[in-house]
Amino acid sequence: MLLEQAREEIAEVLGARADEVSFTSSGTQAVHLGVLGALAARRRAGRRLVVSAVEHSSVLHAAALHERDGGTVETVGTGRTGRVDAEAFGAAVRAEGTALACLQSANHEVGTVQPVAEAAAACAEAGVPLLVDAAQTAGRLPLPAGWSLLAASAHKWGGPAGVGVLVVRKGTRWRSPLPEDDRERRRVPGFENVPAIVAAAAALRAMAAEAGREGARLSALVDRIRAEVPRLVPDVEVIGDPVARVPHIVTFSCLYVEGEALLTELDRAGFAVSSGSSCTASTLRPSHVLEAMGVLTHGNVRVSLPRGASAADVDRFLALLPEAVRRIREQAGVRS
Amino acid sequence: MTPRPATEGAVQPPALTIDALGRKCPIPIIMLAEQINQVPLNGIVAVLADDPAAFTDVPAWCRLKSHHHVASYELPEGGWAIHVRRNY
Repeated sequence: MLLEQAREEIAEVLGARADEVSFTSSGTQAVHLGVLGALAARRRAGRRLVVSAVEHSSVLHAAALHERDGGTVETVGTGRTGRVDAEAFGAAVRAEGTALACLQSANHEVGTVQPVAEAAAACAEAGVPLLVDAAQTAGRLPLPAGWSLLAASAHKWGGPAGVGVLVVRKGTRWRSPLPEDDRERRRVPGFENVPAIVAAAAALRAMAAEAGREGARLSALVDRIRAEVPRLVPDVEVIGDPVARVPHIVTFSCLYVEGEALLTELDRAGFAVSSGSSCTASTLRPSHVLEAMGVLTHGNVRVSLPRGASAADVDRFLALLPEAVRRIREQAGVRS
Repeated sequence: MTPRPATEGAVQPPALTIDALGRKCPIPIIMLAEQINQVPLNGIVAVLADDPAAFTDVPAWCRLKSHHHVASYELPEGGWAIHVRRNY
């Protein structure tokens, strides 16, 4: 029973029971099923959904569907660092008719850790289930207790793409928003991808086993990037919380620089980075996370350090970045 | 998005209007940085822009450059007039 063994291993790392864990085809599907299923089961309690403004698009898209279906969505904002205002979140949860609240464990674009413990306490007091999107921290950081549903994604912890995890705590009401199917405790339709799930469990155990040491090492490299980038490049803002953050993500925005041009330059040098700038998005809109934080959306670069990233890699990145930014600014006719 | 009303009394008319309609970020910001010194101290520059990024980026530029974002007014034809006060 490879599948049940993988389920137990993953449950153990996530701090859950095996019979609370269902496998989905992605983290996105886990979020969709978690949000819509919890809302469906709580229909009599109310139709109000509370989310933070900086949730992953999978949460916001599920929220939009809920709204189109006649429900209401209350969005709680963040401060400049991207940290959700815990007091405002608690107040939103306590309002009459709240069926579900969603909060990410940490932000996917800027790495800021969210006040999950405070949110869980407010939810417990109000009798509202809390769904935590733990995609950024599963296997990397311990999660505060008190959540009712959890979603995560295997490829974020170094496992294969195409495996997500939905955890529904015992005693949490949940009803499938999809037609009935027998698989995965009637929570996820279709057959499990057993080989990928087994690989996901092995990757999560490996990540969790070295999380302390590797996390501290990556975090020191991120500290170095956070300190050096503003020193080496004029007119740069490093964003996200400098301390309450995941170990491996660092994001900054360069004034007067087109994000796409910078990504191309860095890609040519062998660095695959991402950007929340509008010119790099298919929607031509800047990232909703950067907008909610009120920080510069253009010239945005997000560096996710992979497992094993070396100090030499970081040195090379820091050596190359100032000239890349200078060149793009010069081409745009910016006088320094 | 609702316009942010000016907090201090009547709206001070802009001393300079930069038409960045149809221009993508960061061009509206580059134009603003280039031209803000053309208005006297405490003068207002109005940046007309319709790239959604400008709505966030002009106030963020003001914060980083220690100028003052006065208000953003929606334009009837789409976009905003984003008013910035020159502080130094």
